[in-house]
Amino acid sequence: MNFQFPHFSAALPEIFLLSMTCLVLLTELFMKYSRSVVYVLSQVALLGTAILFILGFNNISYTTFNGHLIFDALGSLLGIFICIIACIAFIYAKHYTRDRNIPNEYYILGLFSTLGMLVMVTAQSFLMIYLGLELLSLPLYAMVALQKDSPTATEAAMKYFVMGAIASGMLLYGLSLLYGVSGSLNLPAVASAITTMPEKQHLVLVFALVFVIAGLGFKLAAAPFHMWAPDVYTGAPTAVTAFLASAPKIAALGMAFRLLITALPQIVSQWHELLIILSVLSITIGNVIAIAQSNLKRMLAYSAIAHIGYMLLGLLSGNAQGYSAALFYILVYSIMSVGGFGMIVLLSRRGFEAENIEDFKGLNSRNPWLAFMMMLLMLSMAGVPPTVGFFAKLLVLKAVVQTQMVWLAVFAVLLAIVGAFYYLRVIKTMYFDAPGDPTPIACASDTRLMISINSLALLVLGIFPGALLEVCRVAFGL
Amino acid sequence: MNQYLYHVVLGIVLAPLAGSLIAGLFRNQIGRLGAQYATILGVFISFALSLFVAKAIWLDGISPKDFLGYIWMSGNTIFPFTFKVGFLIDRLSALMMVVVTFVSLLVHIYSIGYMADDDGYQRFFSYISLFTFAMLMLVTADNFLQLFFGWEGVGLVSYLLIGFWFKKESAIQGNLKAFLVNRVGDFGFILGIAVIFTYVGNLDYAAVFSHATELAADKISLFSGTSWSVVTVICILLFVGAMGKSAQVPLHVWLPESMEGPTPISALIHAATMVTAGVFMVARMSPLYELSQTALTLVIVIGATGALFTGLLAIVMNDIKRVVAYSTLSQLGYMMVAMGASAYSAGIFHLATHACFKALLFLGAGSVIMAMHHEQDMRKMGGLWKRMPITYICFLIGTLALCAIPPFAGFYSKDTIIEAAQLSTIPGASYAYYCVLIGAFVTALYSFRAFFLTFHGKPRMDHHTFEHVHETPWVVWVPLVLLAIPSVLLGAFLISPMLYDTHTVLGNSVTVLSQHNVLAEMKHEFHGALAMIPHALLTVTFWLVIAGIFVAWLAYIKMPNLPGWFAQRFSLLYRVFVDKYGFDALNQMVFVKGTKNFGNALFKIGDRKIIDGFFVNGSGISVRWIALRARLAESGYLYHYVTAMILGLLIFLFIMLTSGVID
Repeated sequence: MNFQFPHFSAALPEIFLLSMTCLVLLTELFMKYSRSVVYVLSQVALLGTAILFILGFNNISYTTFNGHLIFDALGSLLGIFICIIACIAFIYAKHYTRDRNIPNEYYILGLFSTLGMLVMVTAQSFLMIYLGLELLSLPLYAMVALQKDSPTATEAAMKYFVMGAIASGMLLYGLSLLYGVSGSLNLPAVASAITTMPEKQHLVLVFALVFVIAGLGFKLAAAPFHMWAPDVYTGAPTAVTAFLASAPKIAALGMAFRLLITALPQIVSQWHELLIILSVLSITIGNVIAIAQSNLKRMLAYSAIAHIGYMLLGLLSGNAQGYSAALFYILVYSIMSVGGFGMIVLLSRRGFEAENIEDFKGLNSRNPWLAFMMMLLMLSMAGVPPTVGFFAKLLVLKAVVQTQMVWLAVFAVLLAIVGAFYYLRVIKTMYFDAPGDPTPIACASDTRLMISINSLALLVLGIFPGALLEVCRVAFGL
Repeated sequence: MNQYLYHVVLGIVLAPLAGSLIAGLFRNQIGRLGAQYATILGVFISFALSLFVAKAIWLDGISPKDFLGYIWMSGNTIFPFTFKVGFLIDRLSALMMVVVTFVSLLVHIYSIGYMADDDGYQRFFSYISLFTFAMLMLVTADNFLQLFFGWEGVGLVSYLLIGFWFKKESAIQGNLKAFLVNRVGDFGFILGIAVIFTYVGNLDYAAVFSHATELAADKISLFSGTSWSVVTVICILLFVGAMGKSAQVPLHVWLPESMEGPTPISALIHAATMVTAGVFMVARMSPLYELSQTALTLVIVIGATGALFTGLLAIVMNDIKRVVAYSTLSQLGYMMVAMGASAYSAGIFHLATHACFKALLFLGAGSVIMAMHHEQDMRKMGGLWKRMPITYICFLIGTLALCAIPPFAGFYSKDTIIEAAQLSTIPGASYAYYCVLIGAFVTALYSFRAFFLTFHGKPRMDHHTFEHVHETPWVVWVPLVLLAIPSVLLGAFLISPMLYDTHTVLGNSVTVLSQHNVLAEMKHEFHGALAMIPHALLTVTFWLVIAGIFVAWLAYIKMPNLPGWFAQRFSLLYRVFVDKYGFDALNQMVFVKGTKNFGNALFKIGDRKIIDGFFVNGSGISVRWIALRARLAESGYLYHYVTAMILGLLIFLFIMLTSGVID
């Protein structure tokens, strides 16, 4: 056993975030009633981490901590976006949590969860992946239950926790089987072990794969492992939903990249097939059931399921172009998702949740700017040019067509048209229906600024998609 | 110089957009005057800069430039295509920019008078500036995607403007019809672009044209057993788009209906600029069209059919604007004939002169309509020449130009087209020649009919109204005068540089194969613009035109009972014309009714029987059934969810272990 001194620099962002989180935790203990200090410190922690990632972003990749952690362009890119999205979610949450007496733990739990995501996307061994996953999930369960007096939130937390535990169990079972056949926890070592594996052990491998995919499917909320999402999204306080519907999705895709591409590239044809099923089911169930929803949070939950289905189209194509497309999709989706829930947060007031589509009636006459922002969000989700949602869909569809699965692309496009219906319905409600309550809507200037940046980003990225495309390309060394 | 010119071009395209946005978004803040000046300033900048570009091209003789605006989408290895905005500045686009911005500027000024009493004043100015922007994007495009953007952009604004008075039932029907008919054309157009993209993998003009010969050699099998040259398929599909936008038979039905919009719009969009987009597109794509004899034949036959048969319809119209609209259809046919005969320069030449005299005729008609308090029926006019002399003279100039009387502008361009059709050797050319020749007679007949009915004879309105008719304000007649000048002179000035000089105005921005080059043949006969005038006296065309004018005079001034007698004696023919050859009825019967019936059938069988009956069973049971299932699935019970997850897992396992991927 020779001890190698690890490259701490590779894990610098995670170390920074951990230290800052501990600092925030202690600050909170001593300054219990000072919300703004905790808030500002949390934002500093997230932005600092993002900056560290950005500074270190380059093409070189190296592992550290005995090959448990990797520092590469993909991990850095995912890390940057996770931090930024978490930061946006915190901004939306600021007034919402204060008005509803949701304790400061929101930020602390959020920071821990973010740390878990970062560990997950930079993990290079089964152990780290699992560690990251649990560190990501446990704070989320608690966050859903933060509003102690709300029975729906408690119920949602309970469901989330139990199902999350089962999904973790499945993933862990799959990972242990993989460890059993390959004899290694390290992802590239597993991959090379599989190449030299005798044919008959492939049965175990495929068995393990199914469990791994089930675990992944749960985290991504892909059908048929999606059942938790609508209940949890609806039941949780909206500020929590904004957080848990966006950043963790990026992390889950990161985990999928690490597990499927780094560790299991030899059985690509098998997971390719499973992902097709996941994708088709998610697109269908998400888009069709979303039509019937009158609750916007629930509708967005189903739309999230559909979006994950589209993202999987890129992943399942099994080549680097497809992976880049999937990465592009999830980054764009996380911006749309945090914006969509952020809008609900913004329109809610003390004692009133603007969570029904009805509540958006005549928004244009009450606050034209916010209505316009919401329209951009909806158009981007529907995939209408010139918003960036169009490119996200275009790229994954192109990836699918390139792998000679035209039927899948046609199917996905047809259901995207179905999907456009419920997004456009929201726009119609905002612009053409008479408002139930004609009073103008005022909102805090910082959240208003944030939602504007958030929505306009979708438009700007749609008009200038080059930079984001470029980093997605670099992340896979294309 | 290059960078400098690029900014100039950017200014040309974006100035109208800026004006439009200011007038549209801040309409309440800046008021009527603000909107009017913002948009006029925008278009004026655009016009001035266009002249500057024209000077750089024709006087300083700079070579064609292809500027890259910005790359919209290029993903390297992820997305190996490039979508971009770029500006191709060559002789053709420079000419189009000047024409578009010139007419647009005059129409903006004219609209101050015409729209003065309208509530939607700012909205109107915002729309026409937006139109100018879209049209400029179209003509300056250096790739098909941007062409399509401009193409759809002008279509959209045209829709908005035809229905500008959206409370008027006929306007709404008119814009809907325009929109739907254009959808048919645009469907072909985008299919054409898709074929190009499939075969070339690039949408830049330069790249596509450099692959032209390979495209001509490639074969595509549309139906089993047939083999088409790819370039023919592309050209025909693109031409379907041009048929929609440039109102060629049988997709012409929307243009007369579009007259429900305000008259300045009819002048700008439905006469001078947008409808010529198809003609422009064919000229722009000349490197492709030249390689497909089939496509050229289609173009010339469709164009000639339109030139003659829509002209005939103008004879029986009573609405002054409709007469001008049908004459536009006929003239667009002439331009297409030129395209089909590979005399692209002649077609673009006619496009330019036509833009001037047709805008003049429309604005003149608008001036009359204003003076008559929005009366458009010519049967209620007459004798107006005394009351509005400026409009009268301008309208006369426009009419003479339209009828191709030397030395007015239309004479040079139209005569060239007729001669080109005569000389062309492609199949269908002789049919086209007779169509355009007879068309010359018809043109003279209907345009002088309108002229005599409106301005001469006895006033056919009550005395009181006639007394109150007076010349329109200066903002209305100044544009008329400004348009009348080029309507007289443009032809004589431009004919030699456009068609016959060693370095023609269009230069190498259009491609003509030597075996199609009819203009080169005609060059031997050409001895200067003035020499054409006495020569005209010896041509059939000229005497046909004179005959047309004479018949019009005879029938509407000398013997006003003649048309009625004629309509009675040849009632069948008359009915055919009045019914516009039954195109509307056909559309109504086949497409509208057919679609309705199809929809009804779907509704009855699909909705009632299958969805309601089978799925829903009188809505209730089935919805409840689905809802019940859905609620069972999303019951909220944890153990249901977990069961679903486990089931999913088991099914996955089952699929993987039985699918034979491992054996």
